[in-house]
Amino acid sequence: MSPLADLQHGFVRALLDPDEPPPPGLAAGAAPGAERRFAVYRNNVAVGLVNALRAAYPAVERIVGEAFFAAAARAYSGTHFPARPVLIDYGEAFPEFLETFPPARRHRYLADVARLERARLAAYHAADRPPLPPARLAEVAPDALAGLVLVLHPSARVLRSRFPVLTVWSMNAGILDPAPVDFGRAEDVLVFRPDWEVEVRLLSPGAAVFVEALGRGCRLGEAAARAGGEPGFDLGAVLADCLSAGLFCDLNLGEEEEDR
Amino acid sequence: MNPGHPTAGLPLRAGLGLKLEHARTILEEEADIGFFEVHPENYMGAGGPPHRYLAAIAERYPLSLHGVGLSIGSPRPLDRDHLARLKHLVGRYRPASFSEHLAWSTHDVGYLNDLLPLPYTEETARAVAAHVAEVQDVLGRRILIENPATYVAFAATTMEETDFLAEIVARTGCGLLLDVNNVFVSATNHGFDPVAYLDAFPVAHVGEVHLAGHAAENEDGELLLVDTHDRPVADPVWDLYEHLLARAGALPTLIEWDSNLPDWPVLAAQAEQAERIMVRRLQAPSRVAAR
Repeated sequence: MSPLADLQHGFVRALLDPDEPPPPGLAAGAAPGAERRFAVYRNNVAVGLVNALRAAYPAVERIVGEAFFAAAARAYSGTHFPARPVLIDYGEAFPEFLETFPPARRHRYLADVARLERARLAAYHAADRPPLPPARLAEVAPDALAGLVLVLHPSARVLRSRFPVLTVWSMNAGILDPAPVDFGRAEDVLVFRPDWEVEVRLLSPGAAVFVEALGRGCRLGEAAARAGGEPGFDLGAVLADCLSAGLFCDLNLGEEEEDR
Repeated sequence: MNPGHPTAGLPLRAGLGLKLEHARTILEEEADIGFFEVHPENYMGAGGPPHRYLAAIAERYPLSLHGVGLSIGSPRPLDRDHLARLKHLVGRYRPASFSEHLAWSTHDVGYLNDLLPLPYTEETARAVAAHVAEVQDVLGRRILIENPATYVAFAATTMEETDFLAEIVARTGCGLLLDVNNVFVSATNHGFDPVAYLDAFPVAHVGEVHLAGHAAENEDGELLLVDTHDRPVADPVWDLYEHLLARAGALPTLIEWDSNLPDWPVLAAQAEQAERIMVRRLQAPSRVAAR
């Protein structure tokens, strides 16, 4: 190893292990001592990543409190360094980490709240596309509807939770007042950003299956058939809601030969 | 490569780091700010409000891209994917200036999210110069390299930081970003004279100046300054800035304030203060005869 590579290797080893002394090769200088000087770098690295998680998961922090969140964030960041020098999407695996973090087991819904916050962040940074004007769908001939492919907006994410994840998130994002929650209730949530603001909506029965099928590129007829097996699914209402909300950005009649 | 004058891009005015919290105010008030600077790493998403605001700002103001993630001082190869992302942003926003740090930030474990210090040796100079040259080739433009704030120094160091930076300029034709707060922080932490540092700095190559606030941590009478960017510029840093401009003349100057963000008028007032000092210097003859 070159002297520079060697030096950086030793620096990182000491950086990541608080029990290690400062790395070899530091100049013996004036006070303060090397421990205190090196601690600035240790602190910068640790606090910077914790703050990035704090910014990405504010509702999780609100639920568990500052000290608990800081401990979880430190445990995560100590083993999950950003793979690239970009922090806007840091913390991708934090929801799964929370599921395996023993102190978080008491909050069984916590990982799904984190998934919802993750989906909101992804929608915030997703590509911009103007929503499909509802009139475009009205132009489609009735007998072509079943073969239609509706293209979801690039920001669209569906989250299916066995917990009331949207209710819990809303109460911890200052949107709903805190109230008793029935944790046995499942909620399906749609997250998307048709324009400037990220929107989160509770999906009606079957709508998650329907939107997920469209997201995989299924034709309207097939997506409706899949969701049709879900009790309470109302195709007309769901389609109208999605269209007026701006969930779609394009439509086509499927494969090329059918376009003609 | 024809480097041109490094100040060709940014105006001889004061600029501010762009915070999205303030973007609406800036656009609505048509704030009279010389230029705005952003970390390109914060604009590496596909779309959304960050790009919408930045596009609106870049339409109205000169823009500076100030990278924090290239790890110029690593002996390992540059991250080609990151360089490609930077090239894309440079093409999209046509910034007046692109700058990076004399530091390293990436290792086997990944990105360490801090600007880590380097020993100033011939080996480091070779690595840094090769990386600066590669970045300039890929981006097709001259870049500025910033002096760091440091808390430790290395026994292996054989060159003064100012000589090291002059050497990188000589080998690559890059320009320099002189962070006066970093000079004050490092000078205090390592016990050197910040005025002597500024007087030794190759100011003819400076394309931008940074000013920022720092924290003073005093334990048992032992002082350590930390470059925090979370408060106003300190008085001794303003004094050093005056000293620099008396020597070098007015230079494009940016106020960095990244956390504990104040309301917009407080930030704008910091830029006005820098501009008042610049105006005094624009009216006074420079002590450096030929630039």
